[in-house]
Amino acid sequence: MGGAPGAPTVLPIRSDGDLIRVRRAAREAAVRAGMSLAEQTRMITASSELARNALVHGGGGRVEISDVTRPGRRGVRMVFLDEGPGIPDVARALTDGFSTGTGLGLGLGGARRLVEEFRVDSRPGRGTTVTIVSWSRSPT
Amino acid sequence: MNDGAWNTPVSPGDDSRRAAAPNGSGARPHDGTALVAEALRSRREQLAQRWADATPFRAVYVAGRDAAVGAAHRLVDALAEVAGSGHCADPSAPGFERVRPQLAEMLAERGAAGATAAQLGAEVAELRHALLALVRDHASHEGGDAGDAVVAAMELVGTLRLVAMETVLDRDAGIIARQRQEILDTATPVLRLWDGVLAVPLIGTLDSARSQVMTEALLEGIVEQRAEVAILDITGVPMVDTVVAQHLMRTATAVRLMGATCVLSGIRPQIAQTIAALGIDLGGIRTRSTLADALAWALRHIGAPAGG
Repeated sequence: MGGAPGAPTVLPIRSDGDLIRVRRAAREAAVRAGMSLAEQTRMITASSELARNALVHGGGGRVEISDVTRPGRRGVRMVFLDEGPGIPDVARALTDGFSTGTGLGLGLGGARRLVEEFRVDSRPGRGTTVTIVSWSRSPT
Repeated sequence: MNDGAWNTPVSPGDDSRRAAAPNGSGARPHDGTALVAEALRSRREQLAQRWADATPFRAVYVAGRDAAVGAAHRLVDALAEVAGSGHCADPSAPGFERVRPQLAEMLAERGAAGATAAQLGAEVAELRHALLALVRDHASHEGGDAGDAVVAAMELVGTLRLVAMETVLDRDAGIIARQRQEILDTATPVLRLWDGVLAVPLIGTLDSARSQVMTEALLEGIVEQRAEVAILDITGVPMVDTVVAQHLMRTATAVRLMGATCVLSGIRPQIAQTIAALGIDLGGIRTRSTLADALAWALRHIGAPAGG
């Protein structure tokens, strides 16, 4: 109960090609959890944003994907880890329009709105870990 | 005592032009590499004749034995040049460069005939056996150290294999790059739906490369067809994240700069939801839910007669 997933699937995030594999794995996990098309799309889109962040801002890293359960529901947890420079001001990074690059500055804050649980652990120089969890609406 | 001899071309003809040995002063003893170079030069014809009968040449140059002998001559000359320069272990030695196209052709031919890597290895071994026999024979006649010569010849053949492998990898990399470009081109067709109305049905992930190819093709199409409306249909795009949205917005901006109007169609409900949740503002782009709606709008916009 309360999660207790099996060993997570670990995928590298080192190249644009890896982003495609992360999205595919996210879709497969979302389907396993019985998510609707809309729920799947939100999960895949959030994973795409966070994987790209790890690649572009974190200099690459990895993602751990787990099937999770709680009474009556199934879900997916994805943990994105990088060993990049870290985010000095997480609250500011979550603000829409904040960007250190040439992007839209919506990635991190947007990803948070696409999932149900969202946590950022980051310290300058120690890298960044972003954990997201989404649950399927349909009962198990 | 043989120093003079191995600097002197033994056989006449064009071989004499490449007779330069690494040193002529006699400061260096009769080493293995020099013996190999000498063997390749003085017994050029003998080796070429044997190689022409070995599988790699016989199976490739099926038109006639003369062609096989000619090709074998070129490879013998190339190896003689490499050994003569003393760079038996260097795949970028000038001698190898000259036979790369021929090696690529031979390997492509064998590959097309279905030869496996193991078979190709056995075929190269045929060439090696003939070369080693020749080098050993030459060394014993000339009084050199046959052991050193054989080691040098092995090294030379090993490097030749490496060069051959490189030509295969180069070719494969070229094929992959070409196929990738072909996929990009075919995956983004620009369709003329009506006089002055173009559409691009996008399918799959819209990455930077595809987005660029698509934009270029669309802008060219707008100029060629004097189009007033360009429809980007994303029915087949599985996900729109901030980067994909940015690509779409850039394309729309470029279309507008060309004096045409861009319409985005095929936005499915789940895509609309994620775009809204991400906070992306597509306000600058005209949108329609289906391609049919977009075409209907385009026809009104250009003032086409309403049809049934």
